Parts: sequence; structure tokens; C-alpha cells
Amino acid sequence: MAQPSGDVVLLPDSPQARLLDILRVFTSMGLASFGGGLAGWMHREVVERRRWMSEEGFLAGVALGQVLPGPNSVNLALYIGQQLRGVPGAAMAFLGILGPPFLVILGLALLYGWGMGMAGFAVVLGGIAAAGLANSLATGLRTARRMRGAWPWAVVGSTFLAIGLLRWPMIPVVAVMIPASIGLAWAEGRMRG
Amino acid sequence: MAERLLALLMVFAPLSLVSLGGGPSIFAEMQRQAVDVHGWMSAGQFTDLFAISRAAPGPGSLICVLVGWQAAGFLGALAGALGLYVPSSCLLLAIGHWWRRRGDSPVRRVIERGLAPVAVGLIFAGVYALLRADGAGWMEITTLALCTIALLRGASPYAVMAVVALLYAGLQQAGAIGR
Repeated sequence: MAQPSGDVVLLPDSPQARLLDILRVFTSMGLASFGGGLAGWMHREVVERRRWMSEEGFLAGVALGQVLPGPNSVNLALYIGQQLRGVPGAAMAFLGILGPPFLVILGLALLYGWGMGMAGFAVVLGGIAAAGLANSLATGLRTARRMRGAWPWAVVGSTFLAIGLLRWPMIPVVAVMIPASIGLAWAEGRMRG
Repeated sequence: MAERLLALLMVFAPLSLVSLGGGPSIFAEMQRQAVDVHGWMSAGQFTDLFAISRAAPGPGSLICVLVGWQAAGFLGALAGALGLYVPSSCLLLAIGHWWRRRGDSPVRRVIERGLAPVAVGLIFAGVYALLRADGAGWMEITTLALCTIALLRGASPYAVMAVVALLYAGLQQAGAIGR
């Protein structure tokens, strides 16, 4: 399985991702993470700009991070760091994604302790949160555009319907959807030979 | 002091392993523990802390830092964060380790291709759920739509965010939005 380096098509375990780079990238994303649009930011930095990871590898991390306990953004950061550089990579991603928000929130706690309100601030943050959501939406749309065949669309649609619109509990839904979707991917691979 | 730190860890570590989907699933229990069981703060203070955590970057569950801070200062904040994030992280790393060892096998590729559309569906559902949770009005939905179009056309997310922040700050100063 040992391949010469320089293969830029699929880089599941890219050696170019240095620990310091991982820390730097995730720190800037940790600071930008208002309102939960982080999967979008990570996709842009890790898949599109740096090509540290393949599209499929990234999306597997998104699914895994949502199914397991813990905040989705922290889970996805840990997964990316670990796939790139093992536990040290995961530690860098963890520090980067949580360190800056940890310090900012302590700063806000101090301001609160001194009796400052944050009413006007909240309005601006609402707008920033909407922009953050746009980031996630754009990532989903971009990925969806690349899907081939009817079955991935059926899976996307029914997952959204069940969890987004009908508000069914996520765990049982994905417990059904994931095996079904993997089965479809497998069947498709066999049909192509 | 040491007892309080230990109590914080004992409150947050179990919550870590049941925090499916992050913060919202455990806020209620966190509040019960901090206010009713341990009496670290009043219910009103907890609500204030919740508002603060919404104003900070990072996951919503970062309110654990504020609860720890209120209960036991800086060390408490640290204990809150470690208690809530380390157990779930270890679980994820254990599964990720097994996954990484599989390398680029055909089995893994089929699994990844199957997971991708589920992840896309979850992303759409997440956007929709957050919009509903924030009680988004036409203003937020317009912002979301315009930003999405800009991003799909290749605009930098940093630029988009800065423009939105300035626009909202300006409108708020002018008294057009907010109370």
C-alpha cells in the first residue's frame, strides 16, 4: 500500500499537514465560529484550500461527529486533526477550536461581573449567526451539486425531512439512514462492476 | 475549593457522554444541577450566563465554562470545560483511531460514499433547526439567502461576515432594527 508521495488526487493521510498549521487553521476558525456554521468553514479550509482531506473523508467526519456525543464542531475538528496527524493532530485541533472561544467567553464573563449589558451587541450577533449559517448552507449545496444519481438525493431529502421538518429524534433516524445509504452505495458499486 | 472543582467534574463528565448534538440536549439538566442541586447560582443568573454564551464564539455548550467560573473562578471554568469536553472527545478519538487504521480500503470508500448524503441531509436539517430556534424573521432569512448566494459565487466568508456585522451595527445604531 506504500505509495510515493505527491499524489494530489486523494490525500486521506496527507503528510503536509504540520501540527503548527493545524493549530493555526483551527484557531482562526475557533474565533470565527459564531452561530454554528463551522462545518462550512472547515470544509473550505481543509478540503478546498489546503486539500488535506478528500471530500468523502470530510463528510464521513461530519456524519460521525453528529452521531457521537459532544458538540458537532469540536467533534469534527478532533476527527480532522486525528485523521491528519493522529492524537497530536487532534490535540492541536481541539486547542485551536476551543481555546479562543474559551478566552473570549471568560472576557465576557468579566464584563458581566462588572455589570455591563449586551443588548445591542445581541442584534449584531444575530446577523453574524445568519452569515455563519449561510456558510453551512453553501457547503451543503456545493456538495449536493456534485452528487451523481438519484439515490444520494433520496437520502439527503429523507434525512432532511425526518430530522429538519418532522423533528424526529436524530439517533434512530440516522441508525436507519446510515446502513441504508451505505447499502445503496455498495449496490451502486456492484452494478458498475 | 477542591470539593467544588470535583463537584463540577462530576456534574459535567456524565453530561458529556449524553450531549448528543451538543448543547441544547443538556441545558435543562445543567441548569437543574447548577441552580437546584448545588446552588452555585440563581435561576436568573443562569439565564444571564446563557445569554452571554450565545454572544461568544464557539459551541453553545461552552456555557459550562461560565457555570464553572461562577462556581469556582478560573479553575472552575477550566474544570467545567475539561469535564464537558474530554469524555466525549475520547470516545470520538477511539472510533476515529479504528477508522484511520482501515486506511484507503474499498470497504471504507463504500462507507464514506454512503455517509456523504446523510451528512448533507444533516447539514440542511441543522441550518433549518437553528433558523427556527432563533425565531428568524424576514431579516435573517434575507441575510441568509444573500450570504449563501455570495458564498456560492466565491466570496470570502470573512468578508461576508464583516459586511453583515457592519450592516447590522449600522442599522441598529439608526434604530431600524432591535429594540
